[in-house]
Amino acid sequence: MTPTDAPLVRAERLTRTVQSGDSPLKILDDVSFAIEPGASVAIVGASGSGKTTLLGLLAGLDRPSEGEVWIDGQALSGLDEDARASMRQRLLGFVFQSFQLLPALTALENVMLPLELAGDGAAASKARTWLERVGLGRRTTHYPRQLSGGEQQRVAIARAFAGDPKLLMADEPTGNLDGATGAEVADLMFRLNHEHGTTLVLVTHDSALASRCSRRLSLSSGRLVGDERLS
Amino acid sequence: MLARDWRSGELTVLAAALVLAVGSMGTVAFFADRVKTALTSQAGLLLGADAMISSDRPLPDSFAKAARARGLESMPALRFSSMVQKAGGDAAPVLANVKAVSDGYPLRGAILLADGAHPDGVRATRSPARGEAWPDERLAQRLGVSPGDRLTVGEATLVVGPVIRQEPEVMTGIMSSGPRLLINHDDLAATNLLQPGNRATWRLMVAEPTGRKTLADFVQAVAAELKAGQRIESVRDVQPEIRQTLDRAEQFLGLSALVAVILAAVAVALTSSRYLRRHLDTAAMLRCLGASEARTLALFATQFAVLGLVASAAGVVLALGGQALLGSVLASLAQADLPPPSAAPGLAAFATGVLLLFGFALPPLLALANVPPLRVLRRDLPRPRPSAILAYALGAAVIGVLIAWQAQDVRTGAIVVAGVAGLILVAAFAAWLLIVVLKRLPQRGVTWRFGLANLRRRPLASSLQVGALALGLMALLLLTVVRGELMRNWRASLPPDAPNHFVINVLPDQVDGVRAAMRSIGDPEVDLYPMVRGRLVKVNGAPLDTRQFEDPRSRRLAEREFNLSTSDSLPSTNRVTAGAFWRPDAKPDAGLSMEDGIAGNLRLKLGDEVTFDIAGTPVSARITSLRKVDWDSFRPNFFTLFPPGALDGMPTSWIGAVRLPEGAKAGAWVSALLQQYPNVLAIDVGDTIRQIQSIMDQVSRAVEFVFLFTLLGGLLVLQAAIAATQDERRFDAAILRTIGASSRQLSAAQVAEFLVLGALAGVLAAGGATAIGWALADRVFTIPYSPSAWVWGYGVIGGTVVVALAGWIGTRNTARQPPLAVIRQLG
Repeated sequence: MTPTDAPLVRAERLTRTVQSGDSPLKILDDVSFAIEPGASVAIVGASGSGKTTLLGLLAGLDRPSEGEVWIDGQALSGLDEDARASMRQRLLGFVFQSFQLLPALTALENVMLPLELAGDGAAASKARTWLERVGLGRRTTHYPRQLSGGEQQRVAIARAFAGDPKLLMADEPTGNLDGATGAEVADLMFRLNHEHGTTLVLVTHDSALASRCSRRLSLSSGRLVGDERLS
Repeated sequence: MLARDWRSGELTVLAAALVLAVGSMGTVAFFADRVKTALTSQAGLLLGADAMISSDRPLPDSFAKAARARGLESMPALRFSSMVQKAGGDAAPVLANVKAVSDGYPLRGAILLADGAHPDGVRATRSPARGEAWPDERLAQRLGVSPGDRLTVGEATLVVGPVIRQEPEVMTGIMSSGPRLLINHDDLAATNLLQPGNRATWRLMVAEPTGRKTLADFVQAVAAELKAGQRIESVRDVQPEIRQTLDRAEQFLGLSALVAVILAAVAVALTSSRYLRRHLDTAAMLRCLGASEARTLALFATQFAVLGLVASAAGVVLALGGQALLGSVLASLAQADLPPPSAAPGLAAFATGVLLLFGFALPPLLALANVPPLRVLRRDLPRPRPSAILAYALGAAVIGVLIAWQAQDVRTGAIVVAGVAGLILVAAFAAWLLIVVLKRLPQRGVTWRFGLANLRRRPLASSLQVGALALGLMALLLLTVVRGELMRNWRASLPPDAPNHFVINVLPDQVDGVRAAMRSIGDPEVDLYPMVRGRLVKVNGAPLDTRQFEDPRSRRLAEREFNLSTSDSLPSTNRVTAGAFWRPDAKPDAGLSMEDGIAGNLRLKLGDEVTFDIAGTPVSARITSLRKVDWDSFRPNFFTLFPPGALDGMPTSWIGAVRLPEGAKAGAWVSALLQQYPNVLAIDVGDTIRQIQSIMDQVSRAVEFVFLFTLLGGLLVLQAAIAATQDERRFDAAILRTIGASSRQLSAAQVAEFLVLGALAGVLAAGGATAIGWALADRVFTIPYSPSAWVWGYGVIGGTVVVALAGWIGTRNTARQPPLAVIRQLG
């Protein structure tokens, strides 16, 4: 778990501008940093400070107006939509605030998705194991609408880890959950992250959650205003 | 808020559905209305007028006054039989039908004059002047006269004018045909022929100028005033053949309009339920900000009302443009000029648009107003659903009203409605079955799993989608393949080898000779049929009182002599509708068989005993069967048939029909026949057949044009059905992109889903179209129907390809948008 020389994620002079009325608005302004493999990084800031935008750019879900993102040494600007999707499939796992499970698929099928997309022949058995690990071994055939919020987020976590990602990105993973459930989900996520040595990038405004990470990046009005290493 | 929604593009889909719905329906209605009017006046050409009052005594002035009072054109005419002779010679006189007409004759159609250079004749620009007589070709030939000669009619000597090739009135009964002579009304007195005892028919011909709608009222008013010996005929009364043709034309056009209505309803229903889903947050926010449920409802309802009015008006404008385009395209094809559009179809289409929006948007609107304000905070709250009972009841009521209104004919409407309802039930069942099967099948690969998962996600929504797609496809099939077959079968019922000459008045000892002559030139199977004239005098022993029939047509049918015949078997162009036809070895007392239409008019039932007076001898028999007669066949058909031997000893003449080749050969054959059997009459009905064929051609073309617009409606439904789930697809696609699906994988999953959807809808549509086509052929058009396998080929393959293609086009953008934006927008 010692940081190596080559960063897993590197952002350089990232800027994202949107058109607001007649004038351009910078929602992300000249942000640069690097994340070493195995680190857990919390991105914090007030609402509208650009946290989720930054996460989207890091994951290649959106394109920066200026600047560049490197994931595992690969510059995202050189990749088209399909190549970026393929990169995510190999390297990234996702956990969203509102779970974002596919409503048409059962819990098991949702977890199987990334495995199947990668052409894994043992997708079903691996997905079943993952559901057991998040404590949902008996709910494999349930549809998302039949699960509670905490259960849905656990399915989402199983889905995120099932593809054996190097990098896990989480956007307010406990934001839609009550305190107790949120804490359970957070425990689960940090435990799995620890067990698998995954690099974690976590967007949150929950300071307790942020304090469980090894590093904290603070955003304000789209600018990086703080970078603390936590013990 | 309407403007805001419009700018954001939220309403464009719904508005487009509405504009196209009203536009395509309005075009159908406008055009059908114009074509119907044109067809009626086309048929009016055969009568020379739109309506005609006839009497065996001079007509009172009151009828002409009544016509003038309603802004109708009218002119008197008189018809009688007289010997006509070439003046200044000893040539034999010829018995001719003389018609005395005024300037401006005919009110409808034209007199065509013989002209060596033009085989079809040239249009006369005037009618006979005073002192002039215009013979038809047969009379001119038989009298041996040409223009400039003189001939005598009664005491008058007239100069021969142009020779007539054809004049209106070919349809007023084949039995009254004979050589004709047209003279000026003012020369009547000089002939001194109208003495008491000379049989003549006084007529008042009436035509409705364009734009007036008073003819029906006039016909009704006159019918109420008719005295004994007077009658009024409009185009439809003239001949069963024409009536049947016009009725079918209306049915075809009505069917197209009906399908357009259903498609419009489905499209609006699909788009308004999508609107509901997209506006939940707005509604929740309004409620959250303190708007009451009523206020929220009022806000959305006003928005919808404005949208409905504007879109419907735009639809009517589109319809006017569409039908004008149609009219100009068809004008070069149609013989008759299309009358200008009337306002009624426009108002109807406009009202339909508003009604559709109301019927299908109200339930989602009520649900929208009901949205819990908490949704602002908790987006995962269950969506409010429109009250199912209200939604279905209202939708069904609106569809019912529109169909009752459009179909005009209860039977066609009922068949189409039953077909649609059946299709939806079958679609729901088939979708449910599919979902059961899908759950059991081993599912390999993300493509099929994900594609099919969308179908089983919500059984109800899937079955509705299959139903809507099947409905759209069925409409397309019904209007392409099935319509084509119906038209073909209809035309086949008037075969190109239909007889064009009737041979009548054949005496019993001439039958063998005439039959041999007919077989030598025409079909070797052709035959002659015995015909006995008799008057219906008693029903179930009680004397027939014709005054009981208020309908003038029924009274006339009851008063005139029936043509009775005998047959050992059911004629090939007849079909038994009640009772049973006798066996070939039946005894003469096996009853009689009546045509079901006339039985209905005269209120006769199976089992009634009817008595005919045949030359003073009463002949009684029970009705043992009722028959439907295919008048299109142009073969001798009889209202009343007896078993062989039942009419033995009665004064009998024989009648037959034969197809003669066109041209001089036919004339030579007729001359030879008449030379050998001077009493026999050979009547040329080729003109009538040509007229009917021309009406059929026009109907066929009109339906094809109208069909293009219904086709648009069908495509709109397809598009709306796909768009209805567009948002869900975009969202799912964004999630899949996020976790690493390639665009190829996304497309494959969506195409898989649409393939299954399209194939299933295609099977259902083909089944539905076949069933409806059969029902229409059998129950409405009463023509034989042989469904072709093409319906299934087109339905399944076409449905699969079209739906998969439309699905791919409709969703291909989903893979192009950055996933984050989609998730934020829809998540």
